[in-house]
Amino acid sequence: MTISGPAGAPTLQPRLRRTALRGLAGMDRLATVGAVLLAIIVLAALLAPLIAPYPEDGGSATHPLEALLPPSGAHWFGTDQVGRDVLSRVLYGARTSLLIAVAVLVISGVVGVVLGVVAGYAGGWVRDVIMRITDIFLAFPALLLSLALAVVLQPSVTTVIVAISVTWWPWYARLTASVAASVATRGFVDSARCLGVPAPVIVFRHVLPNSLTPVLVQLSLDGGGVILTAAALSYLGLGAHEPTSEWGLMVQQGQSLFTTDWWVVTCPGVAILITAFAFNVLGEGLRARLAR
Amino acid sequence: MLRYLTRRLGQAILVVAGVVILTFVIMRLVPGDPAVAYAGPRASPAELAAARARFGLDDSLPVQLWNYVRDLLGGDWGTSLHTRRPVRDDLFQAFPASLELVGAALVVAIVVGIPLGVAAARYKGKFPDLSIRVSSMLAVSVPVFWLALALQTLFASGLGWFPVAGEYDANLDQTSPLHVYTNITAVDALFTGNWPILGSTLAHLVLPALVIAAYPAGVIAQMTRAALIEESSRDHARLERALGFGETSVLTRFALRPALNPVLSLIALVFAYSIVNGFLVEAVFNWPGLGRYAADSIRSLDTPAIAGVTLLVAILYVVANLAVDLVQGVIDPRVRSR
Repeated sequence: MTISGPAGAPTLQPRLRRTALRGLAGMDRLATVGAVLLAIIVLAALLAPLIAPYPEDGGSATHPLEALLPPSGAHWFGTDQVGRDVLSRVLYGARTSLLIAVAVLVISGVVGVVLGVVAGYAGGWVRDVIMRITDIFLAFPALLLSLALAVVLQPSVTTVIVAISVTWWPWYARLTASVAASVATRGFVDSARCLGVPAPVIVFRHVLPNSLTPVLVQLSLDGGGVILTAAALSYLGLGAHEPTSEWGLMVQQGQSLFTTDWWVVTCPGVAILITAFAFNVLGEGLRARLAR
Repeated sequence: MLRYLTRRLGQAILVVAGVVILTFVIMRLVPGDPAVAYAGPRASPAELAAARARFGLDDSLPVQLWNYVRDLLGGDWGTSLHTRRPVRDDLFQAFPASLELVGAALVVAIVVGIPLGVAAARYKGKFPDLSIRVSSMLAVSVPVFWLALALQTLFASGLGWFPVAGEYDANLDQTSPLHVYTNITAVDALFTGNWPILGSTLAHLVLPALVIAAYPAGVIAQMTRAALIEESSRDHARLERALGFGETSVLTRFALRPALNPVLSLIALVFAYSIVNGFLVEAVFNWPGLGRYAADSIRSLDTPAIAGVTLLVAILYVVANLAVDLVQGVIDPRVRSR
């Protein structure tokens, strides 16, 4: 993962570009592996309709005569209970997982950053109230609150996104609040205040952009956690349902076949493992890099 | 210290109060009428009305919340709809089983994770470090339910080295019945000298405990490595090296103890996380713990039971956090002023 010279990113502001370059170029080999893996997974997800050998198998197609064929030249990952190509379903599953991950990170990131920056800048009782609410949500382990919520809502991909987002934002709120609190004491914030700049403008135009870096790193670190939680919810039957291709769901549907037809369960399981691994090493590398 | 203690305790109580309210709100959102679930689909209107009255469903929401809090404080956690027993009794039975499983897993995670973290720090940048970092990352990234299925298929159903499911061989209840004191089967068996059940329990523990141990072992190894590397770059380490101590001695004799400080608080936090992660593993290995109870409750939309499990785990979480903060406050006075 290299970016060749400044010409590679002409639109970025110089300062931002330099940070991005330093972040990517200086990462260790393991993080580079993560970045490459993740790039491949994203490409596979985007191009699934083009590269899947049997695109219609990503959905509700059935071929009863070809059920549970072992891996072969025609079906690299074999076929499932109703004869669908497992490789095609794994590729389409990447779309579901990445969609959930991106949606959760964006929703919880935005909510967390907005609440956090307000809490950090305002301080006093505003901060206390927001932080206590944050603590309450933090007290529920993500999977548990998602479980309870997923029971309340109907099982679907949207439910998974909502349920995980509800448990995910407090981390970003807490992180942003502590960063914003220190940014708020800096000179340029004081000058803005003295010039009579209204508080909302100070918070969102001056404090917020300067409090973002740690949260962005944390977001990249959390993609793996979101994917694992989402897969667990689908495995429990509280998330995506037929005919959606979803890795956790594929494991659940195939679990009784593990001894006889291992590929049905192994392929989606390994897909989850590799995707979470890619997110984790990449995020870890970024964090180590930017912490210096 | 006293001020820090009271402030931290006050915060924890506030959080628990919030947790109770949030649980109540979620449970009121559950689809389906709890009275119908309790009285059954063919109940007469009179029976339904009785069930509604019994659960206080006719009162206004604030009144219901008030009653809920009052009952909780009085030790009444409601009646489970699917076991028809007090939720508190159910939890008293299920929680020790989960505790046994997660306790065993954490022992494994500590015994494996800390030495691996030390080895990685010792050979930083070399091959052992890289392989430990990769395997700890894999351990953190593996979906537990899938790992549980894979190990069960391979080592229990396939090779037959370990039992497939359950906490111990149920036939032993006839031949050598267990006297129950703590509800933690392994502990009860150990203290009553019930060796057949103890052996059976340990054999049943191996696979699920290994699966649950994967995540904590990974994070403990990573945290130990990071803390050791930081600690061994401090001045005292330079002095020790100048005095002629080898790199291994610097790490294990001097740097390890201060480095374990953050690792210990990590363990407390990972404990509550592992209880919930264990839910998925319990489901696969049919372990009679909180996870199986929660799964049964979810399947039958058993609101009081779901609320009970949620509350119990959330409170555990708060207590674990509190314990970490207090211990750190004792060890490191700087924490108190935060």
